[in-house]
Amino acid sequence: MTVQTWTFVIVGLTFALYILIAIWAKAASTKDFYVAGGGVSPLANGMATAADWMSAASFISMAGLISFMGYDGAVYLMGWTGGYVLLALLLAPYLRKFGKFTVPDFIGDRYYSNIARTVAVICAIIVSFTYVAGQMRGVGVVFARFLEVPVETGVYIGMIMVLFYATLGGMKGITYTQVAQYCILIFAFMVPAFFISFQLTGNMLPQLGFGGKVADGTYLLDKLDGLHRELGFAAYTEGSKSMIDVFAITLALMVGTAGLPHVIVRFFTVKKVSDARKSAGWALLFIAILYTTAPAIATFARTNLIQTVSEQPYASVPEWFSNWEETGLIVFEDKNDDGVIQYVGNQEKNELTIDRDIMVLANPEIANLPGWIIALVAAGGLAAALSTAAGLLLVISASISHDLIKKQIKPDISEKGELLWARIGSVLAVVVAGYFGINPPGFVAAVVALAFGLAAASFFPAIILGIFDKRMNKEGAVAGMVVGILLMLFYMMKFKLGLFGGGTKEEWWFGISPEGFGSIAMLINFIISFGISRFYPAPPEDVQEMVESIRYPRGAGAATHH
Amino acid sequence: MSNTQLKKYWAKNLKYLLILLSVWFIVSYGAGILFADALNNIRLGGFKLGFWFAQQGSIFVFVILIYVYIRLMNKLDQEFDVDEK
Repeated sequence: MTVQTWTFVIVGLTFALYILIAIWAKAASTKDFYVAGGGVSPLANGMATAADWMSAASFISMAGLISFMGYDGAVYLMGWTGGYVLLALLLAPYLRKFGKFTVPDFIGDRYYSNIARTVAVICAIIVSFTYVAGQMRGVGVVFARFLEVPVETGVYIGMIMVLFYATLGGMKGITYTQVAQYCILIFAFMVPAFFISFQLTGNMLPQLGFGGKVADGTYLLDKLDGLHRELGFAAYTEGSKSMIDVFAITLALMVGTAGLPHVIVRFFTVKKVSDARKSAGWALLFIAILYTTAPAIATFARTNLIQTVSEQPYASVPEWFSNWEETGLIVFEDKNDDGVIQYVGNQEKNELTIDRDIMVLANPEIANLPGWIIALVAAGGLAAALSTAAGLLLVISASISHDLIKKQIKPDISEKGELLWARIGSVLAVVVAGYFGINPPGFVAAVVALAFGLAAASFFPAIILGIFDKRMNKEGAVAGMVVGILLMLFYMMKFKLGLFGGGTKEEWWFGISPEGFGSIAMLINFIISFGISRFYPAPPEDVQEMVESIRYPRGAGAATHH
Repeated sequence: MSNTQLKKYWAKNLKYLLILLSVWFIVSYGAGILFADALNNIRLGGFKLGFWFAQQGSIFVFVILIYVYIRLMNKLDQEFDVDEK
């Protein structure tokens, strides 16, 4: 069978599975729709959280990014895992005990104010939309490459899939499809990794192969450092970013992870406080399987790539090279007309440009793996993108139906009416996300990484102070959130989009890039919240009692409406 | 349960958090970033140690930290009789 037939079969089977699950897990109540009925087991929730969390970016782009960044790639590896320690220790158990449906629910109740609730809704929608547009684009790109359809068609197919199971099943449908999607994506990520690790280092386990020896007896990483030095790149195991920037980006990603509404909301779906802790453990374990493999794949792919193309005659490149050249993701420009590929650090002399996104997708081809594995990778990439898109869409639809309509505009709305609005909200969200997937505004790619900065600058301090500082009042929290998110938006627009007079790398404040600035905005949020709160009265008695009660696990009922 | 008991429970919880988060900080920001260059002089098989912490070691430690936390808290909940029945 050809690769394309394999892809049709495997992708078709996985899609059929998602549809079956969606029909089986149809949501009957708002509680089903928002928190999957509140009875998800910690193990299932861990898998669902892992799939929810690991997006097209984790699956498709990250290993490639790291392979071009070397040591600096650590910002993603640590940043996107370390946040779970914060989630497990500082947020998940307490928010579960609080026992409502959404993050704005918590902010609104804890700060006894609809202004706080509305600020939280706006932050949740900004964060989720910037993130989801990238996911739909990811679906389109995978389809385009492996099924040879236009990117737009791919986006439409993805929209219909998500629409079907998110609208029908809500959180309940999403949870169980995410469990299936996790299994598919991790299998698809690991199988080629085992093969490539074995080919290159003789060790099946990529985590060990990473530190293993290659055929000529030198350590893989030393070999790669050597190749880099020869070609004039910075050594792989040393970075080129400044230490303070690496620090700031890692912190912003960690804290942003802990502040992302679509991740937090997953911890509302389990039965008990102790289950919330357990599912954070499972989630990080499942995520760590991919995240400890990715840096290994990055080095394998980098080594393979350099050895395959460097100083090779262009006429004799392998088939995958020409396949990807057709998509425009590999570009060769023979600057010195010698017919040989010079891939070097010196920009003037370098003749090869490789889109970092293709490293994972092209990896099985580079390593000459059979067709079914290539098809599996396509199905895995789709699973990763669809699962994250669905989780984000649910946050947006719940923000509309629950936090805006039920809590503010029409409090006497019936259960049925709210459920209908939740479904309408998810349809609207899918359509808008699909639109951005088809017509990606230039700023989306730049903004996706910054969604973390926005979450770090707005939600994280408000939630942490809400739990750990009983004296924190609405004045402090609202001021902190507003200043935090505005400051982050300002910095991002100034240095990423060139507004407010723009700015160059040399003008970064404290030498910190926009990606890392979320950590500064977060600190400022903390300081402002704390300072302002001391000038205003303490929160009412009943709110203080609520803060007291979420600190102790006993008595956590299932998530309730009121 | 009495108020003093609850205060004790919370104080102990905070102590656990402080210890676990210190480890979290030391492996990632300490070993992986601030002292990575110094640690790179030490080798762990094919890895330079600072690089290893930054790209792999810290993730292993994160997973262990959460499981330690789960165990500690389950015990603490029982000890103070605030666990869920």
